[in-house]
Amino acid sequence: MSMKPVFERTKGLTEAATHYCPGCTHGMIHRLVGEVLDEMNILEDTIGVASVGCSVLAYEYFNVDMVQAAHGRAPAVATGIKRVEPTKFVFTYQGDGDLASIGIAEAIHAAARGENITVIFANNCIYGMTGGQMAPTSLIGQKTATTPFGRDAKVQGSPIRISEMLATLEGATYIERVSAHDVMHLQKAKKAIRKAFEVQKTGGGFSLIEVLSTCPTGWGIDANEALEWIKSDMIPVYPLGVFKDSTKEMK
Amino acid sequence: MSKILMKGNEVIAEAAVKAGCKYFFGYPITPQSELVAYMARRLPEVGGLFLQAESEVAAVNMVYGAAATGKRVMTSSSSPGFSLKQEGISFLVGSELPAFLVNVMRGGPGLGNIMPAQSDYFQITKGGGHGDYFCPVYAPASLQEIVDLTQVAFDTADKYRTPVIMAADGMLGQMMEPVEFFETEAPELPEKTWAATGERGDGGPKVVNSLHLDAGSLYQHNKHLNEKMETMRENEQRFESQFTEDADFVVVAYGTVSRIAMSAVKEARAKGVKVGMIRPITLWPFPQKPFEETRERAKAYIAVEMSAGQMIEDVRLAVNGHAPVEFYGKNGGIVPTSDEILEKILAVAGGDHK
Repeated sequence: MSMKPVFERTKGLTEAATHYCPGCTHGMIHRLVGEVLDEMNILEDTIGVASVGCSVLAYEYFNVDMVQAAHGRAPAVATGIKRVEPTKFVFTYQGDGDLASIGIAEAIHAAARGENITVIFANNCIYGMTGGQMAPTSLIGQKTATTPFGRDAKVQGSPIRISEMLATLEGATYIERVSAHDVMHLQKAKKAIRKAFEVQKTGGGFSLIEVLSTCPTGWGIDANEALEWIKSDMIPVYPLGVFKDSTKEMK
Repeated sequence: MSKILMKGNEVIAEAAVKAGCKYFFGYPITPQSELVAYMARRLPEVGGLFLQAESEVAAVNMVYGAAATGKRVMTSSSSPGFSLKQEGISFLVGSELPAFLVNVMRGGPGLGNIMPAQSDYFQITKGGGHGDYFCPVYAPASLQEIVDLTQVAFDTADKYRTPVIMAADGMLGQMMEPVEFFETEAPELPEKTWAATGERGDGGPKVVNSLHLDAGSLYQHNKHLNEKMETMRENEQRFESQFTEDADFVVVAYGTVSRIAMSAVKEARAKGVKVGMIRPITLWPFPQKPFEETRERAKAYIAVEMSAGQMIEDVRLAVNGHAPVEFYGKNGGIVPTSDEILEKILAVAGGDHK
């Protein structure tokens, strides 16, 4: 009797075991990207850029050529790669500390220039790797290591909505916010990631997929509560949807 | 090829193009802006690419990305902008990426001014960014020497997989001189099998990276880097010595000010002072040989710089206690005159030479 596999490892990821905490959704987002690269058959035409933060070791997990970037500089590094290797697929994988704080200038200008790259932006409202400090994306009232009494808009300012902000730029072609909190949303997230790489394939320009992601360790709650927190607390501040799609105009 | 009259910043740019560099990422800053503008016009002619970055920080990281694919690539800046590139330079070293980085130095600290200076000596020769490292630093004294050293710098970068720095000053960047571009024979350089190009062939994915979380692994990586730096220290020293065979006194100067110092040395010779000159062409590795050859005889050395005294520390190390090391320098954009340097030489030499 022959057995047909119903689930197997994607060729888009290496066999390395990830270092992510239990309940963290980085691993699932990695898998979605890996599946898309594999399904598009572009694993050997892709150069990924890892950033600094929890996903710093992404270069060990994606089964493609990888370049590790300095903190926040991934879109600049990706620009350098794409401009000299324009036929290759280039993506960055960045968290919210990396992209929305120290690297916000690089993200904005890569989008403004319409760099033909794809940014996978995992937003979990916190600095995970350094031990749960406030990020520019942290919610008002959110308790973190550096906002022990909760984020106060008067003291620490308000959350930055990256997708909405970048969508105002003419250079940005496709921007969508998705979530990793359940299977249905993961499927939507995969479609969005696929769309972004398709945009890049046609030379369409800058694409960014923001994926709402969990950090049970940093948030101080368990894995199930963390998935629930995305739904109850994050999505009201970071609504899901397509914020920019100029692919239709391009046709 | 006949000589053509060009401005220093443009000579650096054209020499880089002649050395096979087709990619430039930069940000405007005086007094190197002509270099950026020249590249914007010139690189499309050779099928290359010029991109104005949003900051010096972004520019050096674009260089990092392009270098990771194995392409010859460069950026240029001036002192405050070069400070901003230091993080990226540390990453280039850690990831072993070749790149050509130009610093057309101006007066500091802070915004300082836009006049010529050599006040970034420490920053460019002693690492500059975080971590244990040195980068080869070339210090041309004429526009023709810029042409020659640019080719050498790119080749050295590829040979050792390291960023290399060209240290010019605002004077060299802004002055005009006739230069000649020669066709040079390309040296045999190692194949860039490490480059992340997406085409992996038979091997696994390539990773360009400076992270080594395990202490043992980072220790081994640093050991490898340090061995490479030792080899460069051994093989890549460049200098020029003049009138040093019988020298009682030796002036040490590089770049623009070395030309002025040379006038002073000749005038002192005419007055009967046995003075010679050592001109370091590489600031790192700092040339040791001309000091070993002169320090038994020399009664004193005089470091002349457009700074408050930075290279003098390397001169002292090279002289190694054999003779006193004096200093004459001006900074803040003031270029020492030959009369002032002559006066210093005569003062150090003592006796009645006037």
